[in-house]
Amino acid sequence: MKVEVVGCGVAGLCAATTFAERGCEVRVVSKSNGPDASCCSWWAGGMLAPWCEMESAEPLIGILGAESMVFWHRLELKPVANGTLVVAHSRDLPDLRQFSRRTTNWDWFDGAAVADLEPDLAGRFSNGLFFSGEAHFHPRDVLELLFARLEALGAKIEVGRGMSTEELAGDPRDADWRIDCRGLAARDVLTDLRGVKGEMLVLETDEVSLSRPVRLLHPRIPVYIVPRGDNRFMVGATMIESDERDRATARSVLELLSAAHAVHPSFGEAEIVEIGVDARPAYPDNLPRLRQRDRTIFINGLYRHGFLAAPALARRAADWVLEGKQFDGAVDTVHGDWRAA
Amino acid sequence: MTLTLYGTEVTSRLLLGTARYPSPAVLQRAIAASGTEIVTVSLRRESGPDRAGQAFWSLIREAGVHVLPNTAGCKTVKEAVTTAQMARELFQTDWIKLEVIGEDDTLQPDPFGLVEAARILCTEGFQVFPYMTEDLIVADRLLAAGCEVLMPWGSPIGSGRGLNNVYALRTLRAHFPNVPLVVDAGIGLPSHAAAAMEFGYDAVLLNTAVAKAGEPEQMARAFAQAVVAGRVAFLADPMEARDMAAPSTPVVGRPFSARD
Repeated sequence: MKVEVVGCGVAGLCAATTFAERGCEVRVVSKSNGPDASCCSWWAGGMLAPWCEMESAEPLIGILGAESMVFWHRLELKPVANGTLVVAHSRDLPDLRQFSRRTTNWDWFDGAAVADLEPDLAGRFSNGLFFSGEAHFHPRDVLELLFARLEALGAKIEVGRGMSTEELAGDPRDADWRIDCRGLAARDVLTDLRGVKGEMLVLETDEVSLSRPVRLLHPRIPVYIVPRGDNRFMVGATMIESDERDRATARSVLELLSAAHAVHPSFGEAEIVEIGVDARPAYPDNLPRLRQRDRTIFINGLYRHGFLAAPALARRAADWVLEGKQFDGAVDTVHGDWRAA
Repeated sequence: MTLTLYGTEVTSRLLLGTARYPSPAVLQRAIAASGTEIVTVSLRRESGPDRAGQAFWSLIREAGVHVLPNTAGCKTVKEAVTTAQMARELFQTDWIKLEVIGEDDTLQPDPFGLVEAARILCTEGFQVFPYMTEDLIVADRLLAAGCEVLMPWGSPIGSGRGLNNVYALRTLRAHFPNVPLVVDAGIGLPSHAAAAMEFGYDAVLLNTAVAKAGEPEQMARAFAQAVVAGRVAFLADPMEARDMAAPSTPVVGRPFSARD
């Protein structure tokens, strides 16, 4: 079975990996030269937090996330499994209580327990929710690892090749199936996709140390800080209903910096190493989908759940192509009748 | 039961904000469940230049409701006026919900900037819905500037505290009996909305109470019912409360009332 995968963001790389591991002859085609800043996944936080996401996401994300965790833990570059700590300042304690009511798999921590867990946060928060089963990694390292592994798995890679609208509109010419993972670029076909702009920062300081992502709840500016090693921290991210993929605004950066400062004032002296912006591809209900048109399957709409959902979606795509299995929920049609004869 | 705002008649007295929903799909369902005919949209956050938020606006337009753009997040007269002008162009409406925020914590209106911005916008032909405190003098100035609707807060935006100063809200209602008054901000529960309608407010505007509920669609339905309940109760001329602690008839076992 020959499979062409278009796009080398997290969706494309997981799809290519899955199909290759299941014995298909895979060719990855990418407009970019491999995973880089032109792709939404590059800017991700790198949190594997299916239970935290349940506060606002539909149950499907929890299901996909739990399944994807298995894939990530299998890789040579293992995620750091230190959990997630969710905190709020005392005035926002009602938000923390509400967060706990809408999620599971947490332990309620008092101030002493928070200090034990993250000594640098001692005395700053009198309560926290600790999600011990969650993990995090550096998304760019993982993207590069997946990309590098593909050749060892026997896949062919064609970088710097942007496919034309015509090519993409038809069936794959040199493959049995195409898996289209182009993200927001696939809007030409997936007309109900929209962009949700996100801005993020990378800060560098040796004055603060965190062992796990910390989520600060706030009515207007919730933020997460993900330790990246080497004294670097990813601070993210805004969520703006706009398909702008560039132009980080001063207001957004100000909000992210203020929130980081509220977590620990020493972030005030950190160096701003990077300011990043892109737009997340999303369907109207913010849930990912597989869609089929003839011999193409579109994996898209991963929104803020790229790393959380990509492996599970890849598995479903492979089951569909190789075993004819369709799934309700994450699957719907955009063109014609996909039902197998 | 119809309400007329700047010449537009609506049946529903519930106005809904569109920010901070879990997804556009949930927002659409909440709008439908609420029965609202007017939704507010925040231009500043949800768009860059070049109409970058088009997809989101289209989803809202599909709901077939009147759009009331707002100047949320604006802190100066100039910002608010510019945002209003952009909104008029983008949404093709003269309606503008005017917010000039004076303080980052309470998000309370800056009354001076508010009146000044209202004056400018009314002169430019906008139909202004000003977000204000319950201050009678500010109300007076806004009406003099050309506003025909007033929107006093219940309590700080997003606080869910309900009606902080019922006395002041009732006073405002009594002083301006013929001006459409819409309670806007701080509503948390349907009972808050019902309460405002019961003492004669014309409508209620809320956002966070529905968007941040666990089940926004259901909460929207609850608010729709509450607003109707409150309005019908107001029209049905509610009984007056009495002080039952002071008996007016002889208490059994005692020949005389304690007051004799």
